[in-house]
Amino acid sequence: MSAVKSVQENPVEEFLRTDRLPHVWCSGCGIGTTVNCFARAVRKCGIPLEKLAVISGIGCTGRVAGYLKLDSIHVTHGRAIPFATGLKLANPELTVVVYSGDGDIAAIGGNHLINAARRNVDITVIMLNNFTYAMTGGQVTPTAPFESINTTAPYGAYEMPFNLPHLVASCGAVYVARWTAYHVVQLTKAMVEAMNKKGFSFIEVISPCPTIFLRRNRLGDSVAELKFYKEHSVIKHGADTREVGWDETRPDEIIVGKFVDIERPDYVEAMNTHLSKRLGDKYVWWGKK
Amino acid sequence: MAEIRYTTADPKGVLTGVHYMDGNHAACEGALAAGCRFAAGYPITPSTEVVERFSARIPLVGGVFIQMEDEIASSICLQGAVWGGLKAMTVTSGPGISLMQEHIGLAACLETPCVFVNVQRGGPSTGLPTLPGQADMQQCRWGSHGDYEVIALSPSTVQESFDFIIDAFNLAEIYRVPVFFMMDECVGHMTEKLIIPEADKIKVVERRYTTKPPGEYLPYKPDPDLVPEMVKVGDGYRFHVTGLTHDERGYPVINAQAQHEMCWRLVNKINQNAHKIWRYEEEEVEGADVVVLSYGISARVALKAIEMAKEKGIKVGRMRLIVVWPFPEPRVKEIAHKVKAIVVPELNIRGQIAREVERVVEGACKVVRVPHAGGTVHDPEQIFDAIMEAAR
Repeated sequence: MSAVKSVQENPVEEFLRTDRLPHVWCSGCGIGTTVNCFARAVRKCGIPLEKLAVISGIGCTGRVAGYLKLDSIHVTHGRAIPFATGLKLANPELTVVVYSGDGDIAAIGGNHLINAARRNVDITVIMLNNFTYAMTGGQVTPTAPFESINTTAPYGAYEMPFNLPHLVASCGAVYVARWTAYHVVQLTKAMVEAMNKKGFSFIEVISPCPTIFLRRNRLGDSVAELKFYKEHSVIKHGADTREVGWDETRPDEIIVGKFVDIERPDYVEAMNTHLSKRLGDKYVWWGKK
Repeated sequence: MAEIRYTTADPKGVLTGVHYMDGNHAACEGALAAGCRFAAGYPITPSTEVVERFSARIPLVGGVFIQMEDEIASSICLQGAVWGGLKAMTVTSGPGISLMQEHIGLAACLETPCVFVNVQRGGPSTGLPTLPGQADMQQCRWGSHGDYEVIALSPSTVQESFDFIIDAFNLAEIYRVPVFFMMDECVGHMTEKLIIPEADKIKVVERRYTTKPPGEYLPYKPDPDLVPEMVKVGDGYRFHVTGLTHDERGYPVINAQAQHEMCWRLVNKINQNAHKIWRYEEEEVEGADVVVLSYGISARVALKAIEMAKEKGIKVGRMRLIVVWPFPEPRVKEIAHKVKAIVVPELNIRGQIAREVERVVEGACKVVRVPHAGGTVHDPEQIFDAIMEAAR
């Protein structure tokens, strides 16, 4: 056989730092799937690549910024949102995406999450939720379902987990969605919508962690987990976010969909409108008029 | 090597004229004159007036002030603004600067040019919110984990709060480090005459943006002065930077060699250029038996004590640190070989700068500490007694 066919080029290669491959993620991890969705969303969203920045915190998902061939900045644990806030305010023409995990965004970064939603800073937060601190070996998180086993909750978690879509919606986020790593088409579409949405947008992505969370909780491999997502997900666009909490390791229903899509002036617009009203011609308008 | 690009201040930010204001307000005006167009802050006594004024002034100049949810957020929000192309600062005091330490390390590691203003109060913990201290002087050098160097300046007057914060911004741009502006409650709240010059008399350093095209540019390839050129988000470089140990491409490399190269450069870019950064004021050091070495408000209080000692016939000179870090080692060593003693009054108990003097002089002369726990300034008598003791 002479013709060993060369491997086809990765269709999203132009968005990846191929010189950094192989990546750090485990086989079966859902992060790569979501990055694939994100790269496709970047292609579709119509935003010039040079005006798009990705900021990550710390953890497995915190490594996403490092593999995307965009202006990408990898900061401290939990603080990607305030970094993104400063970046967006400095140059309102940029599209700024925060891509990080549940521990990073909801635990150590929780205060920044709620305040950015309240301010309606025009950034997109993609929070991958694998229910655990995977990079450090599987400690309990504020998203860990009741009774899930974690290294720092060896007898099972007993704290009530966050309902993050409800949290950010109640703080004023203008776009809130949840999908799983199974819903690649819907997730890609949501990413496009979120990046083009003016204001604070938030996507929770439920994603398998086969090495740590699934194994420790005897939930099978990633394929089993994706099947679980497939069989138990119920799409409820516009769902009452009070009803979308994920409390059990194996809920009967995984409620996914676009929960919130409303209009509200974003931070820079509110600042410009208010200050020009109060200061008149003396106010120096910030950003493009 | 990228030459240091000087320009003059943007007149929009410069309130030229003669004023009567306190050090905190003057620091704000200095920051605006230096081209600072972004501040993120969180209320904390005795520093808050800086951002209060900034929040009132910046809408008229063009820029952003944001009051963040805490000091941790402020200290990274400002770095986002810097990577977005602005000059930026945050302003705080003891408890706030303690919260900011992780991001001081991030600024050192990403080489984010930025300014941290610390209007020092008494500590530890909540301490003395409304009263002065100078007990954060070692913290600003060592506070974040790991190896890196910073620059710190300390003003003694309202005029210097304006003048030196401009230097702080300029040094941040030249060396791409977090620069500390170490005020204290007295200087911050003291009201005196301030002269703000015309904008074209104020020298401002531009960011060292690269002229290399994307593809050729490497984020952490240093110039011969060990400082790399910068880019900002949105210019098409599609660059990556990380707080992980990284190589010249900005990519994480987790091994001892990368650590060696990165950390040595972060330290050496200040140490090898220290002679260009040192700045101090001297008076009557030649022929003196005793030199009083101090900084900030304590250097000013010491003037009275020096006068009293001179009246007693003691030959007293003085050295005032303007740049505290990097410490002017060779000059202090030189002085030590000429005098009987160096007297170091400061508003902390354990001799935060005195022990640096002791380390540097290596026993060549006596070093007399004049400790004070803070809450007020020294009684000049206390410094006078130390001078008399030293001269014996």
